[in-house]
Amino acid sequence: MLQDRYTLAFKLYPYERSRDQDAAAPVRHPVVVMGGGPIGVATALDLGLQGIPVVVLDDHEGIGMGSRAICFAKRCLEIADRYGCGEPMLDKGVVWNVGKVFHDDRQVYEFNLLPEAGHKYPAFINLQQPYFEKFIVDRVREAQANGAPIELRGKNRVDSVEVKDDHVVLHITTPEGPYTLEADWLIGCDGASSPLRGMMGLDFDGRVFEDNFLIADIKMKADFPTERWFWFEPYFKSGASTLLHKQPDGVWRIDFQIGWNIDRKKELQEENIRARLDAMLGPDVEYEMVWNSIYTFQCRRMKKFRHGRVLFAGDAAHQVSPFGARGANSGMQDVDNLGWKLGMVIRGEAPDHLLDSYHEERAYGADENILNSTRATDFITPKSKMSHIFRNAVLDLAEAHEFARPLVNSGRLSVPCTYDGLSLNGADMLTGGPARTRVGSPCPDAPLGDGFLLGRLGGSFQILTIDADAPEVVEDEGITATRVALSASDDATGALAARYLGDAKGAVYLIRPDQHVAARWDSADAETIRAAMRKACGKD
Amino acid sequence: MPLNTKPNIKDPDGYYAELIAAHQGLSDDDSMALNARLVLLLMNHIGDREVLSEALAAAKK
Repeated sequence: MLQDRYTLAFKLYPYERSRDQDAAAPVRHPVVVMGGGPIGVATALDLGLQGIPVVVLDDHEGIGMGSRAICFAKRCLEIADRYGCGEPMLDKGVVWNVGKVFHDDRQVYEFNLLPEAGHKYPAFINLQQPYFEKFIVDRVREAQANGAPIELRGKNRVDSVEVKDDHVVLHITTPEGPYTLEADWLIGCDGASSPLRGMMGLDFDGRVFEDNFLIADIKMKADFPTERWFWFEPYFKSGASTLLHKQPDGVWRIDFQIGWNIDRKKELQEENIRARLDAMLGPDVEYEMVWNSIYTFQCRRMKKFRHGRVLFAGDAAHQVSPFGARGANSGMQDVDNLGWKLGMVIRGEAPDHLLDSYHEERAYGADENILNSTRATDFITPKSKMSHIFRNAVLDLAEAHEFARPLVNSGRLSVPCTYDGLSLNGADMLTGGPARTRVGSPCPDAPLGDGFLLGRLGGSFQILTIDADAPEVVEDEGITATRVALSASDDATGALAARYLGDAKGAVYLIRPDQHVAARWDSADAETIRAAMRKACGKD
Repeated sequence: MPLNTKPNIKDPDGYYAELIAAHQGLSDDDSMALNARLVLLLMNHIGDREVLSEALAAAKK
C-alpha cells in the first residue's frame, strides 16, 4: 500500500516508528510540513533553527534519482548559506559564466554573466538536485544534534486532511498502519502535483505548453568548455532546440525539445536517445548514459498561497517552465520569506495576518517568474507560424545588429525580485541611495575584511548603519532589532559604499530577518525605526 | 541620421511579447496583413527616406 513511485538517489530518512503512532489521542505539533523535498526540508531547517518544533512527512525515505533542477542561483545559495549549508553546495557545484546561443550552425549571441566582484557566491552553480537536497538534510542532522527540534518521517503518507479554523488534522499511512496527527500549522511543500492541493480542492490554473523535452544526462570525456550552450533549430536536427550544460562528476545535461505528439516509451529507448546524441556530438565521442527523462511543463500558480492554517510553498504553490532556473530557486525564496513570519506568529510576537504578506510577496515573485519563463518559452517554442517567423527574424538579425540581441530569449536567468510597493515596506528616505538596495530589495552581498556582509545579516531584525549613528537596540513587543555598525572604510574595495550609500554620506537600514530591506534613511532615531519594524511585522 | 541598430526600446521582452500577442488567434493571411499595416505605419512615423532605404537593405540581406 506504500509503494515507491520513484527510485532513491539517497536513502536519508528511513521509516521509524514514532511515539505518536502509539498515542491514545492524536498528538498536536506546532508545524507539520508535507513533503521532504528541498523546499520542505529547508522549511523545517529554518523553523528548527528558530527552536520551533517541526515534523516533516514524506511518502518516500529519501531523495529521488535524477539531476532535475541543476541550476542554483546566487540568492538561493545565500539563503542556504544563512541556514549553514551553502558552502558544501558551492564546493561541489560547477561555476559557469559564459552562455552561447546558436541558430542552426551559426553562433548568434554570447553572454557573460560577468560576475560582480565582492560576493561570497557566484551568479550560478550547476549541481544535481540530489546533492542540493542532501546538503540540506546533512545540515538538518547537524542541527538536530545541536538540539534543533526537527523530525523527518519517511514513509509517512498523508492520505487526507481536515482543515479546521485553528489547526489541521492529518490522516497518515505508514508501513505499520495508519495514525492521526494534528498540526497548528501545515506547510504544503509536496511538489507540482501537490496531493495536499488536491485534497483541499484548490485551484492551480495557468498555461500548459504543448511540447516535450528529453533530458539526457551523460558522462563523457569531451572538450566542451564549462559554458551554457543553447541551439535554436540545431543543424544536427536532434530537437527543435537543444541545451548543453555541465554538471559536477563529469556529467553533462543535454535537453532536446522533441515536440508534442511523441511516443514517450519509444523516445526513451536507449538506441533512440543515442541516435540524437550521436548526431549532436559526432561519431567519435564516447559517452555513458547516466539518467534520462521526458518532461512537459506548465506555467501556473495557486490563487492564494495561504488558506488559513495551511500555507503552500515551492512547486506546490507555483510552477514555471525550466527556462531561467526559476523553480527551486524561487522555492527557496518562499522558505526564506515564510520562516521568520511563521516563527513570529507562533511565538505571539506578530499578528496572524503577517502571514498574509507571505502570499502577497511570494505571489508577486511567482508572477514575475511566470512572466519571464512564459516569455522564454514562447520564444523557444513559438506557438504559431508568425511567432516562429518573428523568432527566426530576431535570430537572423542578432548576429549583425546589436538591437536584436536583447530579444534573443533562451531563458532570463533567475534573480530575486524586489518587493516594490508591497505592504510591509517602510520608508525609503535615503537621499541618493542606490536603486539596488531600495526598500523591498534583497541585500546584495559585499566584502567585509576576511568575510562578507551577508554573513553578518539575517535571522532577526537588524539596524545596519554605515557611517551613521543609530540606537544599539530597538525593541517592540518582543521583537528586537540590533545594530550592525559599519563604515564605508570597512571595505577597501568600495563595494559596500557603492551598493549601500550611492551618493549618500551615511545610511541607516532596517534589515528584515530574510535579509530584505525594510526601510532606509539618512538617519533614524528609535521611534522611526520602531515604526518601520511594526510595519514590517504587519502591526500597523 | 543613419539607421539605429543599437537597442533603442526599454523592456525588450515586453515589447516583443506585445508584438507576438497582437498576432494571437489570427490566420496566416491576417497576420501578414497586420504586419504590412504595421510596417507602413512605422515607415510613415520614421519619415526619413534614407533611414528607410537603409532599413530595407538591412532586412533584405
